[in-house]
Amino acid sequence: MSVSELFYKLNVNFNYVVAVTLFIIGLYAMISNPNLIKKFMGLNIMETSVFLFIVSSGAITGGKAPIIGEGLSSGTVFVNPIPQALILTGIVVAMSTTALALSLMIKLYEQCGTLNADKIKELK
Amino acid sequence: MVEFSRHCPVLMTVTFLIGAVLTPIVSRSRKKFSFWWAFFVSLLGLFFCFCAVWRLYTVGPISYWLGGWEPPYGIEVYFDYISTITLLMTALGVLIIVYSNKYIRHDISEEKLPTYYSLVLLLLGGMVGFSVTGDMFNLYVFLEILSLSGYALVAITGEKLTAMASFKYLVIGAVSSLCVLFGIAFLYNVTGSLNMADIAFRLQQTQPTTTTYVALALFIIGFSVKAAMFPLHIWLPDAHALAPSSVSALLSGLVIKVGIVGILRVLYCVYKLGGSVDFTVVTNFMGWLAAITILVGAFFAFFQDDIKMIFAYSSISNIGYIIMGISLVSFSQPERGYLGMVGGLIHIFNHAIIKSTLFLCAGAIIYKTGFRKLSDLRGVGKKMPITCGALTIAALSIAGIPPTAGFICKWYIVLGAIEFGRLIWAGVLLVGALFVFGYYIKIVNAIFFREPVEPITQVDEAPLSMLIPIVILATGCLIMGVFAYIPLNVIKPAAATMLGLPPTYLP
Repeated sequence: MSVSELFYKLNVNFNYVVAVTLFIIGLYAMISNPNLIKKFMGLNIMETSVFLFIVSSGAITGGKAPIIGEGLSSGTVFVNPIPQALILTGIVVAMSTTALALSLMIKLYEQCGTLNADKIKELK
Repeated sequence: MVEFSRHCPVLMTVTFLIGAVLTPIVSRSRKKFSFWWAFFVSLLGLFFCFCAVWRLYTVGPISYWLGGWEPPYGIEVYFDYISTITLLMTALGVLIIVYSNKYIRHDISEEKLPTYYSLVLLLLGGMVGFSVTGDMFNLYVFLEILSLSGYALVAITGEKLTAMASFKYLVIGAVSSLCVLFGIAFLYNVTGSLNMADIAFRLQQTQPTTTTYVALALFIIGFSVKAAMFPLHIWLPDAHALAPSSVSALLSGLVIKVGIVGILRVLYCVYKLGGSVDFTVVTNFMGWLAAITILVGAFFAFFQDDIKMIFAYSSISNIGYIIMGISLVSFSQPERGYLGMVGGLIHIFNHAIIKSTLFLCAGAIIYKTGFRKLSDLRGVGKKMPITCGALTIAALSIAGIPPTAGFICKWYIVLGAIEFGRLIWAGVLLVGALFVFGYYIKIVNAIFFREPVEPITQVDEAPLSMLIPIVILATGCLIMGVFAYIPLNVIKPAAATMLGLPPTYLP
């Protein structure tokens, strides 16, 4: 594969490349950071990256919302609405996970006085 | 009746979910009422489940279109042979709710009772929905419902260590769910469909690409975390041992099986044997990991002193048996994997019953004595004969002593491994069984053949509402072994359909 071909592929699949990069950044943040809140922010980045991946897979440049109405010609391009509907559910799930994790962190902070994972391990 | 039973797979899921939402409302003025409500809801769910299973074995698999939309467009609920596991889930759910009535009040304040029962019902609803759905995204949503209620249940007592165990479980579990979602996104990009049967059909039509394989890898990783397979098992011991015992029974008996059901669904319902994707490389790899899982779980269990820690590590070991059984498949000759598949599937049922018995017995002992270490529990069998008798039956059963439930599954898996020519796997299985025998003998020796010392001499038998579920489950361990043809008749069609053979197939 030549360099120009590589750049072409990067350009066409730009959203997917960004999604996977974000996923890896999130994973790194989650593993490397001892602070529990930062760990969880890493997880949220990972969640967002997956959502970006799914939403962008349904998008078409210049596509219209798939609603039947006036001004439609036979050549009208529609975006796929299903990924957006899926991600709406995904966001709700991510929000509840975050809420549960934050409430657990409040409990942990009350009991241990720290949110540093290494120090909590020592306290046991 | 036939017309009504068509709706049962949906009805039982909805019963649990609505019941869970209504629990805090119906028990607003009287918190103790939440138990009776949860009991009623789970009995109703069990009834619907019975109807659905009855229809499955008289009429055939149930395909239900939600809202009347045709399958590739709408959401399909598909009750097939593997969905029979819902019967196990609802029945165990009823028993564990009965057990919780006395037990959980010891651990949590009365204020929290509705929360507890609400979460238990949500967990059951999530698991039932997961097992009956025929839609990939629905699978993910139910996976998250059951996982989130599981994380919350681990931390429900609010003790110091449980919050950290729950957090660890949450972070690892959330990443695994994300892997599953990522896999669904990849498959959706390849096939443009979310319906499992439709995806399977479209995958067979096309040549597999890298994306198809990446999706498979993501599914296997995601579900292996939920099932606690070897390198991904680190969350399990803390979460299962520190949770209240009724929750441990649910988590160890049922929630880790959900990961197995997910693997079964993806491998044998979506990718399918004989399709365009040859996944025997994956199953072979899983089988080797399962062999390591058996040894690692058994090895660590051997050196634990905490009675619930032993059971938690033993769960890891048993997950290894199940995965070994279901991964003994050959791509071109599906009938060669039949015996292993029967063994793996039946071990899902038997391990659920045995491990819930063990955890409920451990809960009863901890409830009465307040101790959880074997060294403190010497001679407790003389004071609590029924509980410890049940514990002994379950321990013999999990070690695989012939007239009990554990024997039949290990027998089938060993036969499957030998038939497949994997003598090392069969050897590992036998070594694992020896280890299991060792550490359960250690438990039985400590509780029965040592003299009780001061605090233990004061205790008496557990209350009746805790004894009834324990005795029923212990009897179940014996029945599943002595009358093994009953579960075998139920499992054999499931194993055959998993391998793409007709349900009436006999080797």
